[in-house]
Amino acid sequence: MTEINEPSGQPQPQPPRSSTAVPELKALAHSRRAFLFKLSLYLNGAIGAVLAVPILGYVLGPAFKKDSSYKSWISLGPVSNFPDGETRLVDYRNPYRTDSDGETANVACWVRHIQADQFQVFAINCAHLGCPVRWFEQSKLFMCPCHGGAYYVDGSRASGPPERGLFEYQYSIVSNNLMINAGQMPTLSNSACLKKPLVQISPNSSDRNQEGTSWPA
Amino acid sequence: MAGLRDRTVSVALRTYDWFERRLGLTKPLTEAAEHPTPPTSASWFYVFGSAATVLLMLQVVTGILLALVYTPSAGEAWASLQFLNHQITLGWFLRAIHGWGSDFMVAIVLIHMTQVFLFGAYKYPRELTWIIGVFLLLFTLGMAFTGQVLRFDQDAYWGLGIGASIVSRVPWIGGPLVHMMLGGPIIGGQTLSRFFALHVFVIPGLLLAFVAVHVWMVLYLGVNEWPMPGRIVSKATYDREYHELISKDGVPFVPDAAWKDAVFAAAILLCVIACALFFGPFGPTGEPDPTIIQTAPKPDVAFLWIYAVLAYLPPELETPFLFIAPIVVIGGMLLLPLIAGEGEKHWSRRPIAVLMVAVIAVTLGVLTHLGTYTPWSPVMEAWSGDPTPTDYLKNRSPLERQGALVFQNKQCRNCHALGGLGGMRGPALDAIATRMTEDQMIRQVLQGGGNMPAYGNALSPAETRALVGFLKTLRGNNLSPAIDASRVLTQANSTAVPTGQVR
Repeated sequence: MTEINEPSGQPQPQPPRSSTAVPELKALAHSRRAFLFKLSLYLNGAIGAVLAVPILGYVLGPAFKKDSSYKSWISLGPVSNFPDGETRLVDYRNPYRTDSDGETANVACWVRHIQADQFQVFAINCAHLGCPVRWFEQSKLFMCPCHGGAYYVDGSRASGPPERGLFEYQYSIVSNNLMINAGQMPTLSNSACLKKPLVQISPNSSDRNQEGTSWPA
Repeated sequence: MAGLRDRTVSVALRTYDWFERRLGLTKPLTEAAEHPTPPTSASWFYVFGSAATVLLMLQVVTGILLALVYTPSAGEAWASLQFLNHQITLGWFLRAIHGWGSDFMVAIVLIHMTQVFLFGAYKYPRELTWIIGVFLLLFTLGMAFTGQVLRFDQDAYWGLGIGASIVSRVPWIGGPLVHMMLGGPIIGGQTLSRFFALHVFVIPGLLLAFVAVHVWMVLYLGVNEWPMPGRIVSKATYDREYHELISKDGVPFVPDAAWKDAVFAAAILLCVIACALFFGPFGPTGEPDPTIIQTAPKPDVAFLWIYAVLAYLPPELETPFLFIAPIVVIGGMLLLPLIAGEGEKHWSRRPIAVLMVAVIAVTLGVLTHLGTYTPWSPVMEAWSGDPTPTDYLKNRSPLERQGALVFQNKQCRNCHALGGLGGMRGPALDAIATRMTEDQMIRQVLQGGGNMPAYGNALSPAETRALVGFLKTLRGNNLSPAIDASRVLTQANSTAVPTGQVR
């Protein structure tokens, strides 16, 4: 108990650090038991490396999955559900889900029907930090309850902390149904981050007139 | 009777001997308990570390008890919390203790850290004790955050969304990191189960291991002596001085100092129990259904200051700040004892240290206070819910009253308060006409600017006229309205100019 609280007392003569300095120690380092001990360490290192492969593969699995593997085209209902010039809240069931997701696999989005077959489908998540934005028809604004981000009717940034406009889903109209390419929570680092797509490729784009094929031009 | 008593004592002694012969713990434990402590350190200022440890034990025990019932599945977690609150006998109380215990633990850890910092206890030879302590603070905050996620309600759901949005801003690997964090493309079953694993296995394991090392170092290096102004810590002499101090008049930790630790820990436990009893458990708030968007998510109290910072940062600064500031702050805390490992310990000789504590405490306090009422958020229901003050409608023309309706109907109230009601995102407009002329108001409404959206597309000319007509009547206590001096001059010029006015 006397010396326990004095870890670094007077410097003691240290044994030689390198085992090559003294012949006996050098011999000891090459003895059978030293060899076996080293062998056991290498053996466990090798087994550890082998084990690390499946463990890392399991842990990092989600990181290597591509965005596109989560996404698929789903229907939001017939076009007639969305009156011209209005913006409506639509719920859908996420196409990529597991049994344990429960109600968290329900996703909401804002559908703006501009006219004819021109739409904008906005993610519910604010481009700032992902809180759910609410649409106010009277002032034609989306407002975020978290940090006060605001967006205009076309999803462009109006004010507040967001750096950009609302995230948009790709859409198309197939046999009079509004389809969107969904499956992943939009963030600044995934495919939702792309600015507004220049061209909407949709199966019936040939039906449209020249102006209608792309939104926004 | 005496024979029975003797026999009981002898059986007890023999049992003790049997175990001691095989365990051999009595000697090291006694030595640890009686390790000599500087008499000045047997102080009420030195009780926070042990209180934090006691709270950790409380959290471990109540956490295990909650895990008996809680279901870590995104589809069932919320219902299992309701079940705990309402069906299980005293389930609400256990949840309340665990929740309040968490808040107290964060607070006590911060107080402990502040005390250690102000007393210079991180200096030689206790640098590593401090560094381990910084990790303990981070793990404690990690437990608070993951615990908030396990309370799987709306706040937890959108809190995860905020977390994912922050992680997504990491350059290059943001996308994969989000997938790692969520366990998939959306916040769902995989997300909750990995946060459960973090909260129940990973972080507690690290926490207990680091606490063990931390406590071992306190025993090995001895409790920090009470700092004295002018007593300089030097690596060359400190060990000898400390050894002299404790061998001359050191007191055994048990019982001389320990009774204060025990009394304080009991008081803190009593506070936790009282809060749990009077204020009850935290939530859960609404169901974690992302299609219910009528929600204003908010983090728990330990993270409100971050929530406030995120509201006030300019957009272009936000991402750099989010990734540089934590590195600087955590790096600074880790490096502190290595940079300032010697010198004065006493706070009266370390003005910058005291100033830092004051500035950090005031900053965190103000930001947390702002986080409790979020003045930066629009009040989503103000436009339809808050009444227009009757004084603002008395003796007003139909056009001005129509403007008051436009003001409500276009959600202006969500950001602008009238008569103390409404949002605080923009300035209160009770006296707007004393600050802005008619033209300035029209421009501001139609074009926006200064963090206000433009309403040009949402207002017809008639609505704009009515709205500005109403705003022009808002002059506080009938102060004189703002005027455009140049217009007065032009009007004066265009009409008959009285002689003497123009020179």
